[in-house]
This record gives sequence, C-alpha cells and structure tokens, in this order.
Amino acid sequence: MQTLDSDCVSYDRLLLPEGVQEVLPPKSWQLECARRALLDLYWRWGFDLIRPPLIEYLDSLLTGAGADLNVQTFKLTDQVNGRTLGVRSDMTTQAARIDAQRLTTDAPARYCYIGSVLHTRTEEPGGSRAPLQIGAEKFGDSSLTSDMEIVSLMLESLRLLEIEGVGLDLGHVQVYRRLVERAKLDATVDARLFDIVQRKSRPDLDSLAADGLLDERNHERFASLIDLNGGVNTLARARSDIGGIDAEIDHAIDELASMVDAIQSRYADHEIFIDFAELRGYRYKTGLLFAAFAPGHGRELARGGRYDNVGRVFGKGRPATGFSADLNVLIERGVDTIQSDHSSIFAPADDDAALAAEIARLRDMGRRVIVASPGALEDNAAANNCDYRLIRDYYQWHVVPVNKHVE
Amino acid sequence: MTQLTLALSKGRILEATLPRLAEAGITPAIDPDQSRELLINTSRDDLRLLILRATDVPTFVAYGAADMGVAGKDVLLEHGGRDLYEPLDLGIAGCRLVVAGLPGALAAAERRPLRVATKFVGIARDYYARQGRQIEIIKLYGSMELAPIVGLADVIVDLVDTGNTLKANGLEAFETIQWISARLVVNKAAQKLENERVRELINAFEPDANG
Repeated sequence: MQTLDSDCVSYDRLLLPEGVQEVLPPKSWQLECARRALLDLYWRWGFDLIRPPLIEYLDSLLTGAGADLNVQTFKLTDQVNGRTLGVRSDMTTQAARIDAQRLTTDAPARYCYIGSVLHTRTEEPGGSRAPLQIGAEKFGDSSLTSDMEIVSLMLESLRLLEIEGVGLDLGHVQVYRRLVERAKLDATVDARLFDIVQRKSRPDLDSLAADGLLDERNHERFASLIDLNGGVNTLARARSDIGGIDAEIDHAIDELASMVDAIQSRYADHEIFIDFAELRGYRYKTGLLFAAFAPGHGRELARGGRYDNVGRVFGKGRPATGFSADLNVLIERGVDTIQSDHSSIFAPADDDAALAAEIARLRDMGRRVIVASPGALEDNAAANNCDYRLIRDYYQWHVVPVNKHVE
Repeated sequence: MTQLTLALSKGRILEATLPRLAEAGITPAIDPDQSRELLINTSRDDLRLLILRATDVPTFVAYGAADMGVAGKDVLLEHGGRDLYEPLDLGIAGCRLVVAGLPGALAAAERRPLRVATKFVGIARDYYARQGRQIEIIKLYGSMELAPIVGLADVIVDLVDTGNTLKANGLEAFETIQWISARLVVNKAAQKLENERVRELINAFEPDANG
C-alpha cells in the first residue's frame, strides 16, 4: 500500500491542474501568429494596447464590474503589507480602472489587451480555468455607433482567424431589469426569478406563480420574456408582447432593431439571433449584449456588451462597451493559417566559415535554420521536421530538398 | 442540414416519450428496447436519438454532445442545471422526492447532526442548508430503504412513486422536497443556432399541441 501511494504521488506531480493547459508546437506558433495578427488588426482600428498586471489588490480588481468575480478570483496575501491580492479573472475591470485613472479629456478612448486570466472554477463544463483573454473596449461614447464598432471588431477578429459560419446573438439587459423593477419583488423571489429566466424554465416560472410569488400580470410578462428568442422577427414579437409597458423597454427594443439593421447592412452573411432573456454579466451590464456562436461549439466564442459607468468607483464613470474571447478556444476553431514548420532548413555541424555566412544570410531572409548537434544521436533533418537541408557543392553551400541526394 | 440529437434514457422516460414523438410523426428506426444500439436514427432524417443513463442526459446536453434531452427534474437538480435551458415540463414519469425514515427518527436526531443516506447528495445538502440544519451525508447507490432500518442513517432522501416500498420496509415519508417529473432540456447554443427546429420540437412535445 505504501509503495502504491508514493507511486501515485509522483505520477500526480507531473499532471497539470484541472482546467489548466499548455500549448505546444505547432499550436503554440499558430497561437502566437494569431495573437500578432489580432493585435495588428486592433492597431489598425485605432485601439491602444494596455498590459495590466497579473495581480492587483483585491479591492481594486473586484470594484464595480468585478463584484460578480469574487468567487472566480484566486486570492493570495501580499507578504509586503498583509493586504489581499487577487489574480485577475477578467481584464475588463482593469481596462475600466486604467481608463478612469489616466483620463485627461472626455474624448473616447479605445483599448485592446491580451493576457492570461485565472478562474477558480470553469465557467462551462469541460472549460478552461486559465483562458488567454483577448479583447477590446471603448470608453466615452454611449451611442450605438460604438457598440457597432465593437461588434464589427469582434466579427473581424473571427474572420481573421477564418472561423466559418459565425452567428451573432443579441440581447439587452434593460428589458429584464425594468420588468423586475416594475414587478417590485422581494429579494428571495428576485434571486429565484433570475435563475429561472436564465434557464428559460417555463415550468419553474409557472410554479413560482402557483406559489403566489408572482402575480398574473407579471407571470405573463416573464413568460413572454423567456419565449422571446429566435430570428430577427423576434423583435416584432417583442413589440407586441412586451411593448408599451415601459419607455426604457421600448427604447431597448429600438436599440436592438437599429443594431440589427446596422449589422445586416455591413455583415449580411452572419445569421442574427435575438434573445431577450439572455442575462450574461447582468450585474454590471447596462445595455446591449452580444455574443458570437459557431456551429459545433456549444458555447459562445466571443462575447461582450455595454457596461456604462463601471469606472465611476475609480474616479470617473464613462459609457463603455467591449468584447473579449479566449484565444485558446478561438485557435481550436480557426484553421491553420500560418506557415508550417516544414519549411525549415537543416544544416550540418561544420566549422566552414562559408556555411556560417550562408546560415546567417538565410536567417536574415526570414528562413528557419536548425544546426546539427555533432554529439547527438539521430539529430537529422527528419527529426527536426526539416524539409530542406544545406549541402556543400564544391565550395558553395546550397539549400536542397531533404530527399534529394547529391554525390 | 445538420442532424439534431435528442438524448433519452431507457425505462419510464423512454416509454412516456416515444408516444409523444410518434404523435409528432417521429418514430425510431429500430425499437430502442429491443436493441443494444445506443445511437438510433428516426423517421426524420434530421433527428437522431441517443440512449443514455438518465443521470448522464444533462451532461451530454450541456456539453453540446446532444442538442436536446429529456431528464427527470431530480437529475437536473442534482446536476445543477444552470447551463441548460429547461423550457418544458413533460408531465411524465412523475414522482415525489421525499425525506423518509422510521417513525420518530427526526425527534431522535434533534440534538445532533442528522445522518442522511441518499444518492441525491447535492439536493439533500441544499435542502438542509436552506433550513440551517447540520447534516452528515452518506452516499448510496441503491436500496436506500435499508439504511434507516440497519441504523446506517436517520433518514433517506429518495424518490417515491407509489410509496409501497417505503411501507413494505416500515418507513414513512416525513416531508416532500419537490414534485418530480420529466423535463425537456435544450443546449444553449442549439437554442440559438437551431432556433426554428428546436422550437418545432418543443412544440411537438407540448401536451396541448398533441391534443
């Protein structure tokens, strides 16, 4: 028994924690190429790169938008002053803090970022606890133009990675929020209703009403809400089912309709879904919600929305909208867009100065050259995935395909 | 057009579901009860059935390995069910989830943590946590009724249909935690990407739609 136990321990030591992954070649190179290409895209769109720290004081990480993230955040103690530090679980709050603190004018600001975040638990079954979050945020403009800019950038990002068949899901948190405010429910019913609406559970909604916790009028309204999902025609159904109740709800439907028009005119090939009961990030979102889906993937690939005034607690609240995604997930979905390793060149171990000069020249040209290690066994072109090798032809060195024999 | 996948479990759920499907014009290519095949085509080219263990249905649907499924509310509560849509109560395979034990068991355990034997660990923990009651859980996989009789536990949390098994073992049901019936569950991405076909199937299952 003793031996078995210690064997298990040594095996265990080699395993990665649950929901934590490493990326190895060639995937790691694809990931890096995608990272560069995406950041270049954001640069072309006028977004500035920010690199927030991996750890911050917990108060700062969880302030405002972050309150939802408390259980999702790994915590540790700062040995310098005993304060609690958090490992970031979402970079959006960090962007909001940076915007509020470095704000000198009221001009809109655009930020993009990429970095690892950690989650104490996976957000979805089989998901990652260490996503590589990439995203873009725009602060300082409350108009739909900004939401459209962010949605466009999200779609362009997926297009750049050649992810096919992307559909767009749109929602608006103000609809549910206003219906709840009007219903004047107490806190426990509120929490149950929130859970029910997220599961679109008509039966559980009915039993809430049957228990006398929801009056007939509100029962009907929330029943409509959870059924309001589908294609673009859902907007018309929304107007007849929940229109005219509340000016803000009507405004939300109008905003969704304008977004649909804008998206259809610019991205006609993306299918659009509307879901009035979508409540992702409800606690801090304030307006439109959007997410990108692709066939064969049970979860959204990228998501975002409007979250005005999150920066208020850091000094200045501004309108804000943004999106983010896990680049590790996107890479799994995207096609292999980068040059494969096989164009590498294998060079023999040789002290010839002409060879050294030729290797330097090739590398300057951007070619990948791997030099043999004289003492190592089986260190050859095939083992290094090289398709080419350098051979000497009289006094000159030439690149030839690996399978070509030269006398 | 991609195929939609509906996850079902053998036994009461399959028995009660097949007639509903038949009314909607959907019949399995082979009789699941007569076959060992777990992946079964139907009379509709765009729909196939998965035959699973009841407790696995929410997992398959949450991961997107099945687009829709039929699962008991007990299984959904135990699974958590947060990552699924649950649009319809099929009103089939009905039963009660109860706390049961030998007469007087609750009074006997009043001053110490209650020992609860169950396979519904999550539901039991949640139920007593709401009451602020300290409990000790003993996970079992079957023959729950034995646990109080042989002194393994004070009470059991289990499904009761007719109540005959309880009675036969001298147990009584103290409290009903929840009425249980089978629910239709839908994968979140499928509800969006396949909205029309998913809606159509939900409607097919709706008791009213079938008269």
